[in-house]
Amino acid sequence: MTAVTMTRAGAERSSASLKHRLAERGIDSSLLLLLPALLFSLVLFVYPFAYGLGLSFQPSGAIQQEFGGGFFANYVAFFKDPFIFDSVWLTLRLALPTALINVVGAVPVALVLRRKFRGKRLLSSILVLPITLGTVLTAQGLLIFAGRQGWLNRALMGIGLIDQPIQFVNNYLGVMLSLIISGFPFAFLLVSSYLSGIDPSLDAAGRTLGAGWWNRFRRITLPLLAPGLATTFILTFVLAFSVFPSARLVGNPNGSTRVLALMAYRSFGEQNDYTMASTIAVMMGACELVFIALVLAWRSSFYKGSTGGKG
Amino acid sequence: MATTVAAPRRRKQNLVPGDKAIVASPSAWFVWFGMAAFLILLIGILSTVVVDSFGRQWFANWLPQEWTASWYGQGWERFDLGHVITVTVLVAVVVVVVSVLIGTPAAYLLARKNFPGKKAINLLFLLPVIIPPITFGIPLATLMYSWGLGRTVLAVILVNLVPSVPFVILTMTPFIEQINPAIESAAKMCGASILKVFTKVLAPLLVPGILAAAILVLVRTVGMFELTFLVSGPQSDTLVVSIYRAMTSAGGSEARQLVSAMAVLYTGTMLVILIAALRFVNPTQLVARVRDNPDD
Amino acid sequence: MSTSTFEALELRGVGRTFGGHEALKGLDLTVRRGEFIALLGPSGCGKSTALNCIAGLLPLTHGEIVAGDRRVDTLPPEKRGFGMVFQSYALFPHLTVERNVAFGLQMQGVPRHEQKQRVKDAIAMVKLEEHATKLPGQLSGGQQQRVAIARAIVLEPSLVLMDEPLSNLDAKLRLDMRAEIRRLHQSLGLTTIYVTHDQEEALSMADRLVVLRDGRTQQIGTPAELYDHPANWHVADFMGYRNLLDGTVTQIAGDTATVNLGSFELHGHVAGPLAASARVRVAIRPDDVVVTASAADAIDGNAIKATPSVVEYHGREFSVTALTDDGLRLNVKAATAPVQGEPATFTVRAERALVFPEELA
Ligand SMILES: Nc1ncnc2c1ncn2[C@@H]1O[C@H](COP(=O)(O)OP(=O)(O)O)[C@@H](O)[C@H]1O
Ligand SMILES: [Mg+2]
Repeated sequence: MTAVTMTRAGAERSSASLKHRLAERGIDSSLLLLLPALLFSLVLFVYPFAYGLGLSFQPSGAIQQEFGGGFFANYVAFFKDPFIFDSVWLTLRLALPTALINVVGAVPVALVLRRKFRGKRLLSSILVLPITLGTVLTAQGLLIFAGRQGWLNRALMGIGLIDQPIQFVNNYLGVMLSLIISGFPFAFLLVSSYLSGIDPSLDAAGRTLGAGWWNRFRRITLPLLAPGLATTFILTFVLAFSVFPSARLVGNPNGSTRVLALMAYRSFGEQNDYTMASTIAVMMGACELVFIALVLAWRSSFYKGSTGGKG
Repeated sequence: MATTVAAPRRRKQNLVPGDKAIVASPSAWFVWFGMAAFLILLIGILSTVVVDSFGRQWFANWLPQEWTASWYGQGWERFDLGHVITVTVLVAVVVVVVSVLIGTPAAYLLARKNFPGKKAINLLFLLPVIIPPITFGIPLATLMYSWGLGRTVLAVILVNLVPSVPFVILTMTPFIEQINPAIESAAKMCGASILKVFTKVLAPLLVPGILAAAILVLVRTVGMFELTFLVSGPQSDTLVVSIYRAMTSAGGSEARQLVSAMAVLYTGTMLVILIAALRFVNPTQLVARVRDNPDD
Repeated sequence: MSTSTFEALELRGVGRTFGGHEALKGLDLTVRRGEFIALLGPSGCGKSTALNCIAGLLPLTHGEIVAGDRRVDTLPPEKRGFGMVFQSYALFPHLTVERNVAFGLQMQGVPRHEQKQRVKDAIAMVKLEEHATKLPGQLSGGQQQRVAIARAIVLEPSLVLMDEPLSNLDAKLRLDMRAEIRRLHQSLGLTTIYVTHDQEEALSMADRLVVLRDGRTQQIGTPAELYDHPANWHVADFMGYRNLLDGTVTQIAGDTATVNLGSFELHGHVAGPLAASARVRVAIRPDDVVVTASAADAIDGNAIKATPSVVEYHGREFSVTALTDDGLRLNVKAATAPVQGEPATFTVRAERALVFPEELA
């Protein structure tokens, strides 16, 4: 009896050709559409990255002599050489507060600008303006506008708020300002789009239940917004973490803004030590991914379902 | 600025009785103050550079003593801007076209199908957008030099494609997802081959998505500093890199006004692109994948 | 291209699995030319899967499909020459009504002047002449669905497939469109397979029905066969037998079984293989239950004492929910409203109380 049913089941199976069985799992000729992008990614992203990783294990003789550690000499140097390793902290010291300021600042602005009003589109367009400035013009503008003789110090002294020009540029503050100028609009637009994904009737429902605006924000809007905020934080953090030209142009590239990107470029372009450059580059990516993973782990504790809007 | 003042007045009319006016609260003033500070900084930066680029001498006063437009002409010759701009446009256009051609089919597949390993492939396409450009740029540039492509326009194009293709995929996927798959089935039932489904049905429906993706990639490529800088040389510098080099050139940088003039040119170019872009895409789409409210 | 008609379309053991889940299993069906077949079943039972398999939009994992003497399950959808109407209309949003309808003709390379005439005829057929140059977005749901129908029939397909074409329309429009689709089917001599979850729609439109459940065929037959002789209690449930009462068989005499339902006994018609003292389910339609003056008047000795608890007015009749003493719920259609809360006696003819085995084969 069992034998009979088994052979019957077997016969039925074989009536489905291999092609069909693969198609059922989603494998068919349409996957060829992916091929160009995949090839491209393998040749220009995966292979170079693997190559860089390989390079980082072929330290130069000088590094091996100074730090030991054989294949790992570059990594030993990365952690042991305070000149290099400190820049991890310098980068984080810059990127974390900046990302936080951008996100925390974007929330109230997005909330206030949530409702419709005349000129809303104009205002959002003005907020996209920094994209056109680019890092280089921002740097040039900051140097002139916020320099010792610039309009900003003049105006502040003019109204008597300060009596000495403030040092806004060529230091930590300058890089931070430049990162806020490029990062804040980005954070604002992202937060607004997440906010518009939350069904406004939820807020109305909260209101009918007698919740004041603070309670509505804290108990309804914020929990639904939290995953979006985490994403926004990650993306602005990524921007700030990889800061390069402004750290050089409006920062103090030998001191407080000696960020990882600068260090990697120095090894690459100035010392032509490609293996050390690759090591710093790899470690830079690793540091960033560790931070992102932490934020994602924290985010996974949030509510992740629908937010009732058209998000 | 006028809009920021007009806004609170309008908002008051919308208030429900008994609801506390956010506008009147100190926190709202704080928000408006923050916005104002940001806008002042933004406009200050932009206008000082413009003023500077037209000033002959400007040190200790509110405005330059004399005005001139000669920096533009000087900068044009000094940095061979005609060539630089040609390279910039060439690189941007090629990157846009190639990344749209490669990215769109992949985005289509990722939006429509489930298959083993899809998650890994999504991650593969997300990584170049997430990790710092320097991280993959340095190994990539090292390879470019060892392949003998260092300082060529081709290398500049290739490195810029690395984040652009994934970016096209990320931008296009939601556009494709919102096209009802039954429309494609309907076309097939009408006798259309796969190729006809793509050219006659999908392509026209995807035009907004392709435009959005193309403009975003254009803006990003023109503005991309790190990757270009790592592989470009005097004959293949784009405008941003060229300005950067002018600001940091060894043996004392160029005259400040010269750099300002170049920066104004750069921003002017970007502004034109962006104004064109805003006709087709919502500002929110420039950074987010979520579609904005149509009645906004 | 292939406007080749067939005398019969045969599905032989057609099946489709999705990663181990059998969405459709062993569907055997012969569709004769000119027939209107309805695939009926609750949502998720595999109707769309079956239709998409026939269309070629989904590859089969089992069985084969033969049209006339040609095997079609190996052909891609665009080579099968079938037409399809989708639940979501699936009109090309960027093309006008005319160009939507013309699309298939263009794909087949029909000459221009002929295209024009056929598009015009098809649009006239669905009465959309004055909307011919509009875009789909400017039309109402009903009009859009008519465009979709015109687009499918303009190719004179050998088979028209419709996947719940009316379920996005409002109730009144649905009735009108039912008649319209049936009219087109007849006047054009189409062969149609029509998917729906609405039994009334299926019963009123189709020549034959296929009832599916969990991907398996439950019954194939004419509307009358299904309505009067459902093959099992699932089909009965779907056909409007709203009273499904669980009990045990106490006696079987020929066609009649006596079923113990707790506080009372019922005589019913044996509608499946039954054994004495087997667990059974008795299926009764609300319109077959009648209120009687007393237990003595009960038909076939079937007297059910119950108390009306809800009485709803449904136009010409009343829908009554009554509860027996031990809590069984009875749904009844009555011409006059019984008094709510006052015990009454209900009766049903033994041949209209179908006794099914509880477990299906
Ligand atoms: N592409 C698919 N992948 C996995 N399961 C599917 C797919 N399409 C349908 N199914 C499953 O097959 C079953 C039948 O689906 P369907 O034919 O759409 O039902 P119906 O049209 O009768 O509502 C459902 O359980 C559904 O979840
Ligand atoms: Mg369905």
